Amino acid sequence: MSILKMTALTLGAMLGTMLAAFGQLTPERIAKAAAEPQNWLTYSGNYAGHRFSPLKQINESNVGKLKVEWSYQVNSLQRFEGTPIVVDGVMYASEPPSNLTAIDVRTGRPIWKYRRSMPSDLRVCCGQVNRGVAVAGNLVFLGTLDAHLLALNAKTGAILWDVTVANYKDGYSLTGAPLIVKDKVITGMAGGEYGVRGFLDAYDVATGKRAWRFWTIPLPGEPGGQTWAGESGKTGAAATWVTGTYDPETNLVYWGTGNPGPDWNGDVRAGDNLYSDCILAIDADTGKLKWHFQFTPHDVHDWDSTAVPVLVNANVAGQPRKLVVFPNRNAFFYVLDRVTGQFITGKPYAKQTWAKGLDDSGRPVRVPATSPSVDGTQVWPSVSGASNWYSPSFSPETGLLYVAVRESGSQYFKGEAEYKAGEQFNGGGFRSIPGEVLWGAIRAFDPATGNVKWEYKLFTPPWSGVLSTAGNLVFGSTAEGQIFALSATTGKELWRFEAGGQARGNPISYAVDGKQYVAVTMGNALYVLSVSQ
Amino acid sequence: MLAWALLFHAQILVDVPATAKNPHTTPADLELGRKIYGGRCAGCHGPLGDGGKGTNLATPILARSPDDLALWKVIRFGVPETEMPSHNLTNKEIWQIAAHVRTLGKLDTAPVTGDSKRGEAIAKGKAGCLSCHIVRGQGGELGPALTDIGLRRGPGYLRRKLTDPDRDSAGFLQVHLTTNAGTALSGIRMNEDTYSIQVRDRGNRLHSFWKADLKELRIEQKSLMPSYGDKLSAQEIDDVVAYLTQLRGIQ
Repeated sequence: MSILKMTALTLGAMLGTMLAAFGQLTPERIAKAAAEPQNWLTYSGNYAGHRFSPLKQINESNVGKLKVEWSYQVNSLQRFEGTPIVVDGVMYASEPPSNLTAIDVRTGRPIWKYRRSMPSDLRVCCGQVNRGVAVAGNLVFLGTLDAHLLALNAKTGAILWDVTVANYKDGYSLTGAPLIVKDKVITGMAGGEYGVRGFLDAYDVATGKRAWRFWTIPLPGEPGGQTWAGESGKTGAAATWVTGTYDPETNLVYWGTGNPGPDWNGDVRAGDNLYSDCILAIDADTGKLKWHFQFTPHDVHDWDSTAVPVLVNANVAGQPRKLVVFPNRNAFFYVLDRVTGQFITGKPYAKQTWAKGLDDSGRPVRVPATSPSVDGTQVWPSVSGASNWYSPSFSPETGLLYVAVRESGSQYFKGEAEYKAGEQFNGGGFRSIPGEVLWGAIRAFDPATGNVKWEYKLFTPPWSGVLSTAGNLVFGSTAEGQIFALSATTGKELWRFEAGGQARGNPISYAVDGKQYVAVTMGNALYVLSVSQ
Repeated sequence: MLAWALLFHAQILVDVPATAKNPHTTPADLELGRKIYGGRCAGCHGPLGDGGKGTNLATPILARSPDDLALWKVIRFGVPETEMPSHNLTNKEIWQIAAHVRTLGKLDTAPVTGDSKRGEAIAKGKAGCLSCHIVRGQGGELGPALTDIGLRRGPGYLRRKLTDPDRDSAGFLQVHLTTNAGTALSGIRMNEDTYSIQVRDRGNRLHSFWKADLKELRIEQKSLMPSYGDKLSAQEIDDVVAYLTQLRGIQ
């Protein structure tokens, strides 16, 4: 490629690579991630949760020539769900169960590997997965299924510190990517099917010393403690297993919380069950709760609100507002004021039969007789929801929010709910609806209203997220095994590739030596794609 | 390798039962097993065992559990490289869950009153079953093989299937399609995704199409199998059920 052919942006990206190679990954760099589009510095690409790449070397006119440059296979049959981080030519790819490999992005060759032995009695409900790492300074941070948080040397993989976040034998595990905010590394936890008490933790980057912990379930006597009957909050879960977002202007961390426990039998936990199924706005320095909004009070369908809260600035009724938008697992699309937590608007974005709508405060108006029952209750959306942990994407160029949507229902059953430490605490179950024709779609929404702009239909409900780019592209993948690229403005399919393994990951984009790449996990491999010049 | 070593290690530490047969199968055990299953297992496997996201347990043959002890170990230690976790319950509780799991896939015990010899003659003769189904190497390939159908389906199910085949197409869905060039084809759907479909026609030929090349694609939930409710007498159906029930593999 001649210099003349280079866009100003990729030239800038190259300069950025050379300069950045001499520096360390400071939180200031993460806050200005758009200034170095050659890197993918944090789980969602930026603090606002946009999963958007400003790179446009791959664009509508040449995406049809996208080819696999290299691939990396994991030595595990567990699901490969990690979002890689790319810093200055090195990719940090987490793998199941709690492993990490540093890869040279030019050649696809591993530089170092960290392999962690797992105890045989892990408590993980839903597969031995890891969804990514965080990088700060010269350190990479990895949460593990045995509920440790590790700091590894980014050049060698050597462990600098290893802290026990919780006792895995009680049902805790770490599956999500940590989030770096200033001098702290913030991590959520998983364990919502084990009757744990949820929390969000912040640790000092340099020492691993815990800076604060926010318990997602208040005790009796604390504000919100009265939303749990008796002592039921002690086993009330509200896990925090998907990476949140951060707004440097409000200094608030936005983080979703999971289902109350037991999942499907609400009889033993009368009340709204705060702060399950919420978005929390937490002061990044102190860990104090600034505001909360509960999407599904007294949830009995396992509709975790664990997804990436997307921070968007947009006009509402002619006024510029700082918003957080949240397409929820419960099939409603929520728009909130991210400074105050005020509910602005909300509406269904997939088939749902459990609520007549939302009232003025955003609280659902429930349809009677939609709770799980001994003989089964048929409700849409399914237990996996209208969306799930995988990421949406917001393009500041099109102003649209892209979401992989699942269209399906479940039959929900109520069962016995007896707590035993370290054992699953479900109180029921679910099954698919016999004969139901499931489907899915990528939908583009106006983030301020939830109105649909376009739809790209999928044969099977998806289990993977989307990426948008300044090349006017949306990248996504199917549960059947294909990767595809769509026009970000129209949803028209421009390219696709049969990768031969079920998609369970979120795509990213980065550049090295002036060349843009798209990377996504498919089946048990990571595919890295580019357009030859 | 390491995972297996750890598993082996764990099994030494745990008091693994020495019996291959479940010692806890009284009605009281089954009731307790049902309760524990409903609270801890149904989340993935579904209250009736037919999922959900977990393996289908509502089947008489569990691939990983040829005997009761194997099933006990699956529940106790989980299954490496799958989502099935270990369970730190008492040995007795695990036996009780295992006992309940065995009931989920139990074949129905509807009475078999027909004569299997007569049934075989009817199946291979006037009913024409073997024109579409294969039994021990003989027969057609359109429908599912029947060689071990007696292991997988109970007499009640078989009787319903003979008289009301549309109630459960068991994945054998009919496809009718027309290409943009005007070629029409009907057959059985082998696989389908967002972009393509693979079909086996009545002549047992395989076809694959991009959906973009089709102007019509219709999937019928109706089974290809005809109903025998008005083709055979009640006695003849009983006889065919008796024949199918004793088909238990290649002997």
